[in-house]
Amino acid sequence: MRFFNARARARFDHAAEVGLREATVADDTLRERDVVLSVRDLKTIFRTDDAEVKAVDGVSFDVRRGATLCIVGESGSGKSATARSILQVVDNPGLVESGQILYRRGPDDRVIDIAALDPRGAALRTIRGGDIGLVFQEPMSSLSPVHTIGDQIVEVLRLHDPQTPAEMRARAIDELGRVGIPEAEERFGAYTFQLSGGMRQRAMIAMALVTRPALLIADEPTTALDVTTQAQILQLLADLKSTLGMTMIFITHDLGVVAEIADDVIVMRHGTVVEAGPVDGIFHDPQHPYTRQLLATLPQRSTLGGWAAASKNTPERPSEPTTAPILEIEHLDVTFSGSSGRIFGGNRRAVHAVKDLSLAIPAGSTMGLVGESGSGKTTLGRCVLRAYQPDSGAIRYHTDGGTVDLARLTDQQLAPYRREIRMIFQDPYGSLNPRLTVRQVIGDPLRAAGVERAEIDARVAQMLDLVGLRPDMASRYPHAFSGGERQRIGIARALITRPRLVVADEAVSALDVSVRGQILELLADLQSELGLTYLFISHDLSVVERICDRVAVMFHGQIVEEAKASDIFTAPTHEYTKALLSAIPLPDPRLRGTRELLTYRPTDDMVSV
Amino acid sequence: MTLQLPTLGEELTSRQPDQPADPRVQDTHASQSRLIWRRFRRHRLAVIGGIVLVLMYLVALFAGFVAPFGSNTFQADQALRPPQLPKFSLAHGFYVHPSVGKTNIQTMDREFVEDRNTYVELRFFVRGDKYKLFGVIPADRHLFGPKDPHQRWYLLGADRAGSDLYSRIIYGSQISLSIGLLGVGVSLVLGLLIGGVSGYFGGWADTVIQRVIELIISIPTLPLWLGLAASVPPQWGPTPTYFMITIILSLIGWTGLARVIRGRLLQARGEDFVLAARLDGLGSGRIIGRHLLPSFASHIIATVSLAVPSMILAETALSFLGLGLRAPAVSWGVLLQDAQSLQTLDSAPWLLLPGIAVVLAVVAFNFVGDGLRDSADPYGRRD
Repeated sequence: MRFFNARARARFDHAAEVGLREATVADDTLRERDVVLSVRDLKTIFRTDDAEVKAVDGVSFDVRRGATLCIVGESGSGKSATARSILQVVDNPGLVESGQILYRRGPDDRVIDIAALDPRGAALRTIRGGDIGLVFQEPMSSLSPVHTIGDQIVEVLRLHDPQTPAEMRARAIDELGRVGIPEAEERFGAYTFQLSGGMRQRAMIAMALVTRPALLIADEPTTALDVTTQAQILQLLADLKSTLGMTMIFITHDLGVVAEIADDVIVMRHGTVVEAGPVDGIFHDPQHPYTRQLLATLPQRSTLGGWAAASKNTPERPSEPTTAPILEIEHLDVTFSGSSGRIFGGNRRAVHAVKDLSLAIPAGSTMGLVGESGSGKTTLGRCVLRAYQPDSGAIRYHTDGGTVDLARLTDQQLAPYRREIRMIFQDPYGSLNPRLTVRQVIGDPLRAAGVERAEIDARVAQMLDLVGLRPDMASRYPHAFSGGERQRIGIARALITRPRLVVADEAVSALDVSVRGQILELLADLQSELGLTYLFISHDLSVVERICDRVAVMFHGQIVEEAKASDIFTAPTHEYTKALLSAIPLPDPRLRGTRELLTYRPTDDMVSV
Repeated sequence: MTLQLPTLGEELTSRQPDQPADPRVQDTHASQSRLIWRRFRRHRLAVIGGIVLVLMYLVALFAGFVAPFGSNTFQADQALRPPQLPKFSLAHGFYVHPSVGKTNIQTMDREFVEDRNTYVELRFFVRGDKYKLFGVIPADRHLFGPKDPHQRWYLLGADRAGSDLYSRIIYGSQISLSIGLLGVGVSLVLGLLIGGVSGYFGGWADTVIQRVIELIISIPTLPLWLGLAASVPPQWGPTPTYFMITIILSLIGWTGLARVIRGRLLQARGEDFVLAARLDGLGSGRIIGRHLLPSFASHIIATVSLAVPSMILAETALSFLGLGLRAPAVSWGVLLQDAQSLQTLDSAPWLLLPGIAVVLAVVAFNFVGDGLRDSADPYGRRD
């Protein structure tokens, strides 16, 4: 926000002051002096084509000064809409319908009803970013790509706390240093694309904190980050809270994160608060069945150092998987060259996604593949399916009739194996063609194989039943299904050809925790019934632990450790695995602070990609 | 076929997801086209534009019936006759007075003197000039016109030859409105083929095609049209000329469509469901036809409906300059040729009326195109 001159500035300040004065309510509306923000019976409505959706339906809560309030809930529960309603920055068709948002900056300050302010007025603009800071989930899209991060922080200061340019610059650098950005002086002039995801999120936090807001609202600030980066950001927020005495509303779907940082928790569902209370009570004495259901999805730490699956109702594993491998990957190398087909291509840089990788997957077992984003795990999975062509190495696939090297087959030769090796996609929305009915989506592989129409329909119906959907749903379109149901459709499509090996690439990552458990159960059931082998790719260690027999840890295109799942989780040998495990949030607020965050610095030969 | 049916165990029957549905979300079973229609309906301007277009095309289709007179009947003494609005009396119903035109020797203006004692009575569904409905069915009924088929009435005035301008605008819509559709149709075929190859296969084919498109786009359009149109021999009849002009317009018009299609293909090619289809074992043809094309068909329809008006304008421009269609063919551009001289316009401003028809058609197409573009992706967000 730039002002043309001092008069414009004065006019803005005056308008803000008038707006604030008009929104000031009687002091005894908010008696408790230690409450920064009190939301009372908030209703936010989204008007869509057909109906109006009550995204927030009568929510009330208090935020205590100096405390961290976590709003936890699954997607669509209204947690983000609540947070955005506080600053009246709800996405377009949404509107704050009624309710009070009482805000008291300091213990002796006046009480302002933010809900009564004009969403575009000067008063609310002084509060946004000045009194109440906001951190979003995706730092890449919430920071401007065309301005340096330093300029963006100074911009905030210029509106809320104008000083001389040199002073503001110094404060911005100071703040960047405080959030743990090394060489803050140089990073002041960096653009967002020059920073890693974690650094970007730190810059975002610095931007939100530079005006010393009375309240920080963080909307899923760690969801887009890797688990190790998430641990660092959580650590940072905890440190800042103690040094600055910061008050925070933290929105997340991850109960592990809640256990890590919350003082108070509210659990939301369908736009209403189902349970609220201190974090210890929520975790150890949950009252509402929905809270219990959420907690049941958490992996529990049984004894010190050991992890055990939370849901004991998963069926017995096929005792000890046969040791004969169904698939052997040998010395696999995959590189992606930069742009191709350009006349003036020139300076192409190849990315070495998978480097000299070998892995054997025992038949009938579940092999977990974990690693952070960019470690090459998805590339490896897609190579097995030959969606990508490896540069060198072999992918030996064993059948009853002998062994073939998938890496060397032509597309025609590959056709029969495409039916035996199938894939389950991560995104239940993007992987189903919205223009086709469920019957068409699931039946496509059979149609490609030349199966008769009547038989396709019969088998699709059978398959739907197998994955827990009603056969009469076959004529619906994907948009009529929820995320979990769509993923069932995706599983049905993968299994319709009766495959032997299924590559599940982050198959449950996009799902809510309560649905995630059901899908994992379904996968386990199907494995024992159909004798499937899974290559289960995930960044989520708790999921991998729950379903996998063996686990391979990938880092920079290589496998650093591969062992039985129980061994990996109890006695990891590689430093990177240890660092990865240490970063998992402990899902119990009483164990807070008992873990030590390890960091892994790769040796030189590993980073030279 | 060695695929086997998975055996179903009894214990598998109760595996319904036990998650209660979110009460705030209504379950919709609508197909893609329904969703698009639902959104389109909310676009008031687009719906109005759509209604206007449907009316215009109906009029063009039934031109002979709607127009009171044939397109090439004229009375030389009525040249540049001003519009005559019908009057009403109980004795005669709707009527106008005929008039005789003279040229004033002093001012060189056309002057018309009404004969107040004779009446041209107007009726609905009268017999009049013969025409062929849809080009085949002989007929002589007209929606309205003078009761006596030998009398003349000029609702929107007469052109320089003394023909009824209203009838000629209606006949002109046949060519002007159809050349847009036909031209875009040809462009679309070219664009789909070339853009499809470019987008789906990529690589050097993409490079070559894109450079050619850039080359074509870089040539100034008007001189190119003029050059191509000038090569149409003047002795050709109206029908071959019509098709030549269509082809000339679409030879230049396909480039934009090809680019849009390439862009959409590139975008759709990266979708997960396309990879899924590839892993399902579908061939390129089926992936394009079943997964890629439908996924952006609605966008193409929107783009096409926005391309039609530029075709109409191009035809009008060419004909106006005398390089497109020529009389006796009637199109809005041909009619506007009369309006080239400022002097004629001064005394007969109604000669500009075909231009209003052009504007109406172009604006209606643009509204419909905008509405379609906004509603084309029912799964996208609307701002």
